[in-house]
Amino acid sequence: MKIIVCVKQVPDAKDVRLDPKTNTLAREGVESIMNPFDRHALEAAVVLKEQYGGTVTAITMGPPQAEDTLRDAVACGADDGVLVSDRAFAGADTWATSYTLAKAVEKLGPFDLILCGKQAIDGDTAQVGPGLAQRLDIPYVAYARKITECVDGVIRLERLMDDGYDEIEMEMPALMTVVKEINEPRVPSLKGKMKSKKMQATVLTAADIGADTECLGLQGSTTQVVKVFSPQFSAEKCMLTGTVDEQVEQLLDKLEELL
Amino acid sequence: MVNYFLSEEQQMIVDVARQITAEKIIPQRVELDEKEEFPTEILQDIAQADLFGLYIPEEYGGFGGGSFDMVLALEEFARGCVGIATSFAASALGAYPILISGSEELKQKYMPVIASGEKWAAFGLTEANAGSDASGIQTTAVLDGDEWVLNGTKQWITNAGDAKIYSVIAITDRSKGPRGASMFVVEDGDPGFSYGPKEKKLGIRASSTRELIFKDCRIPKDRLIGRQGTGFFTVMKTLDLSRPGIASLGVGLGQGALDEAVLYAKQRVQFGKPVMAFQAVQHILADMAIQLEASRALVYAAARHIDSGVKDVSKPSSMCKVMATDMAMKVTTDAVQILAGHGYMREYPVEKMMRDAKILQIYEGTNQIQRNVIGQALNKEYSRS
Repeated sequence: MKIIVCVKQVPDAKDVRLDPKTNTLAREGVESIMNPFDRHALEAAVVLKEQYGGTVTAITMGPPQAEDTLRDAVACGADDGVLVSDRAFAGADTWATSYTLAKAVEKLGPFDLILCGKQAIDGDTAQVGPGLAQRLDIPYVAYARKITECVDGVIRLERLMDDGYDEIEMEMPALMTVVKEINEPRVPSLKGKMKSKKMQATVLTAADIGADTECLGLQGSTTQVVKVFSPQFSAEKCMLTGTVDEQVEQLLDKLEELL
Repeated sequence: MVNYFLSEEQQMIVDVARQITAEKIIPQRVELDEKEEFPTEILQDIAQADLFGLYIPEEYGGFGGGSFDMVLALEEFARGCVGIATSFAASALGAYPILISGSEELKQKYMPVIASGEKWAAFGLTEANAGSDASGIQTTAVLDGDEWVLNGTKQWITNAGDAKIYSVIAITDRSKGPRGASMFVVEDGDPGFSYGPKEKKLGIRASSTRELIFKDCRIPKDRLIGRQGTGFFTVMKTLDLSRPGIASLGVGLGQGALDEAVLYAKQRVQFGKPVMAFQAVQHILADMAIQLEASRALVYAAARHIDSGVKDVSKPSSMCKVMATDMAMKVTTDAVQILAGHGYMREYPVEKMMRDAKILQIYEGTNQIQRNVIGQALNKEYSRS
C-alpha cells in the first residue's frame, strides 16, 4: 500500500506571538514543529504500513527549512519525504495550497491513501485535506478517530461526530483527516533519527509539478488576510445598589445607554 | 550548560530520550508513583525508540553503544522519573552478565530479545543475609544430570515479576569460597521458580521489587553463564559497568530538581520580590548547580574511561556513583527547601524526587561499600612502586 502523509511545519504553539507592526505571526526565534495533528496522521500511516506493508511518503509545502519537518517524519517511520517548495507558492491560502499539493501528488504517481491532520494549529482552517481530495477527485472522510481495517482496496473507519461516531467504508484511493483520538504518536527511534539525518528530500518546484502559475501563491488565492489582531476584551463590572426598584431603574438606564 | 562535545550520534540519543521523557514519562510519573504501577507502556515506547539495545553489540541486534551512551539516556529519563529509569536500567543490569561472561549460544538466544525490548531482564544477587557482604549467599545450584537445580530466595530484586530473563548468582561449591559461586539464566516460567509479593517502597514506586523464589527450580545445563566458579567475577564486572548508570540517574534527578527549584524561585514572590532575588536562596541554588555539574563531569569522564577499553574500572566507576548519588540526595533535599511548604506537598514534583533520591545511595552497592572499593584501589595503586 502506498500512503502519502501531508505534514506542515508550524510555529510551536507554546510560544505564539504576533508581530505588533505587521500583525502577522512572529516566526523569528520561535521554534518550528510538525503540526501536532499531522503527527497523529503520520502515526496512523506508519501503523498501517506495519500492519499491511507498503510505503509512507511525507509531503510538505513550504520554504526550504520545512525539510526539517520531513526529517522528523522519517525519524518517526516515514520512508521518504517530498518538499514542494518554490517562491511562487508564497502567500497561498487553502485554495491555492490544495491546488499545489494536488499537482504534486499527481506528479508522484498512483497512491492508495492520503492522510492529513484534521487541521493545522496556525491556520486552523481544516480545509486543505478535504480541498486536496476534491482536487484529486477522490473520496474523503474528515475527523477519522479509528481505522478498523483496510482490505481489498476498501478502508473501514470511524468518524468522530459531536454526538458519537459514524462507521464508514470508503474505496481507495482515498483521503482522510484524523483527530488526535486516533492514536498516541510515537517518539522518533534512534535508527529513524539516523536515517533522517541522511535523508535527501525530493524537491518539487512549480515547474516540476506543471502548475499553472496563475493558481499559485498569493495570486492564486481567493482569500487574503487583511488584518490579524488579538481581540480586546473590555468587560466592565458595575454594582447596582439601593432598593430593588432603584436597581431596576438603574439597570434600565444602563441598558438604554448601550442600545 | 557545559559543552561536553557530544558526537552527533550521542546528541541523537539525548534528543530521543529527552522527547520520551517530555512526552511519555513526565505526564505519567505522578500517577505511576501514586499507584505504584509498573511503567509497561513507557518501556514499550523506549523499546520502540531502539534504546533497549543501546549498549548491546550490533551483531545481537543492538546499537553497539557503550557506557557513555547508556549514561546519556539514563540521565534524561531520570530527569523525569527515577522509578521509570530504574526499570529500564535494571534490564541492562540483567543483561550485562550474559554479555560479559555468557557463551555465544546464550548471547544469541537472549541478547536480541533484550535489545528489542521484547523481553526485560533482571539481576538476582541480593539475599536476606547477603547484601553488602556478597559472600553470605545461601542460594545453591546443584548439577543433576543435564539440569541445574536451584534452591534459595533472592530479595529486593528490581523488575522481578515483570522481567522474563533473570541473571542469578548461586553457590555451586561452598568449599571453594569466592570461587564457588556461579551465574545462571533463569526464565520466567521455569519449573520451581516463583515470585514474592510486590514490596512497598519509600521511592521509585513505579519500579517493581519482589523476591525470586527457587524451590527445586530446574533449568537446562547450558544456562550456566561462563565457567563454573566465575560468578563473583561476573558480578563485579557487571557492577563496574552498571554503576556509572546509577550515577547518571543521580545527575538526571539532580537536574530535574534544580530545574524545578530555579523556576519556582523565579516566580514565588515574598517581601515584594521573587525569592530568587534573595542571596540566601541564590546561594543554595548556586551550590546545587555546582555540585550537579561537577558530578556530571565525573560521571561522563568515568563512562568514557570505561569505553576506552581499560581493564580495571572499579575506582572511577565507584567514585562517580558515590559523588553523583550523594549529590542527588543533597540537591533534591535542597529543592524541597526552596519550594518549602509547596515542596513538601505531593502536588509539586520535588517531594517525589527527594524520596526517589535515597535509593541511589543504597542500591548497586551502598555508598559506604563504594568507598571501600575506592580505598582498596588506592591501597593497591600506592603499593606498586
